[in-house]
Amino acid sequence: MTAVDNTQTSSSSRRTIELVVLVGLVTAFGIISALVRFPLEEGEKLRDVIGIIIGAGLTFIFYSFLYRDNPLFKIAENLYVGVALGYGAIITWRQSLRPEVYDPLFRAVTSEAFWHELSYRVVPIVLGILLMTRLSKKHSWLSRYSYGLMVGWGAGMGIFVVTDSYILKQLEGAIRPLQKIVTDPDVAANLSFFDQAWPVVGSLVILIGTVSVLFYFFFSVPHKRLGSGFSRVGISYLMIAFGASFGYTVMGRMSLLIGRVQFLMFEWLKIKQ
Amino acid sequence: MWYKRTIPLVIVFVIGVLAFAHNYVPYPEADDFREHMTKWFMIIGGFGLFLGAYSLLHMHVSRIRRMQPGWAYSAFVFIGAAGMIIVGLWNDGYGPLESAPSTAKTWFDWGFDYVQIPCSATIFSILAFFMASAAFRTFRARNVNAALLLVAALLVMFGRVPASESVGAWFGQQGFFPKIADLIMEFPNLAATRGILLGMSLGAISQSLRILFGIERSYMGVGD
Repeated sequence: MTAVDNTQTSSSSRRTIELVVLVGLVTAFGIISALVRFPLEEGEKLRDVIGIIIGAGLTFIFYSFLYRDNPLFKIAENLYVGVALGYGAIITWRQSLRPEVYDPLFRAVTSEAFWHELSYRVVPIVLGILLMTRLSKKHSWLSRYSYGLMVGWGAGMGIFVVTDSYILKQLEGAIRPLQKIVTDPDVAANLSFFDQAWPVVGSLVILIGTVSVLFYFFFSVPHKRLGSGFSRVGISYLMIAFGASFGYTVMGRMSLLIGRVQFLMFEWLKIKQ
Repeated sequence: MWYKRTIPLVIVFVIGVLAFAHNYVPYPEADDFREHMTKWFMIIGGFGLFLGAYSLLHMHVSRIRRMQPGWAYSAFVFIGAAGMIIVGLWNDGYGPLESAPSTAKTWFDWGFDYVQIPCSATIFSILAFFMASAAFRTFRARNVNAALLLVAALLVMFGRVPASESVGAWFGQQGFFPKIADLIMEFPNLAATRGILLGMSLGAISQSLRILFGIERSYMGVGD
């Protein structure tokens, strides 16, 4: 036998073993679910119990990806995409199309009411329909009117929102505590020296960090001598922030993992807390 | 041709200027204008969902039609989408057995609670394993900056678990590690995030200005 034949044989036998293990695990899941969840307890609804079993099954299927990609994972993945699409479609229907288009127009009591409501909505409805022309090569230019309206509104509001919520608010936050503690005698009188100094030191740490990070990203002047040192301070701040953000994200994911394990233990297996 | 390119550019500029300027107009008409436009965008956005849904489903139809590898899995996209849409529309989500409105959970909520939530929560929790594995392989204190990143990550992670309080208690400072984690988040992390946010904000404003003045036109798509 050649090396290629050996590889094919080992791969085939591995797949067989994996398939057997998969079937075994699915059977074990079904048996455990049946033993633990049935017969129903008082007050339990059948559809909720079936939902919990499906949720637990999907949880296990997604975790099976940690071993390797498999058919069950692909099924669950595609099902999830479809369910998310359907959910988004229904939410959009309930929150925007039905109250803003369907109910006012198709449930109008009189023809006057219909024309009155239509006069308010005809422009966005036409623009919404024009969006669909993006699917046609010949008529896609018509969708530019709709996109122009949305992009223009987004850009104009973006300038205001970004300036107000990010630039001004962030600058205000960077400067105000320092100024308030130092100049407000009423506040200063009620605080110990450490309590007075601590916010000032903290504000200075934040101020130096913010300016040095901005300077690190400021490429219009060469970072030489003092500038080089200051930009290195900025890099250090960035490294601490990236590390902290990483740690924070990992812990956020861990809490999700704990949530799934709790679901499996307390809802699927009904282990008493 | 002017109606294909010039009119959209004029719309962008006029609407953009109105969107920006109405925030500084101290009359109720400005608020009415914003509310009116918000309703317009809810309607246009609703139609936009059809475009997105068509794009996704068209891709899966193509996969099935061409019998690309794994084409059969695409059928589950249609099963999931059709299932949610049918139960969402049928009797306002309650299905044929109950009368709407009712206090009982709808079948639409059932699909959300027992299919969508487990799937999304599990997928995001899987990232914990991949991130931990990637960190184990790549985190090396090769220089001062790498060491800062490593130490900050470890302290924040350790400060967020109950074990850190037990370890702190051995040294008589139960809240020491959680406090260190809070300090890292409160000061150096805030400073760097603020710097990045300010830079991003300036970039966003310049990009918005480029759009308003017609320099950036990628939203127009291809063609004349």
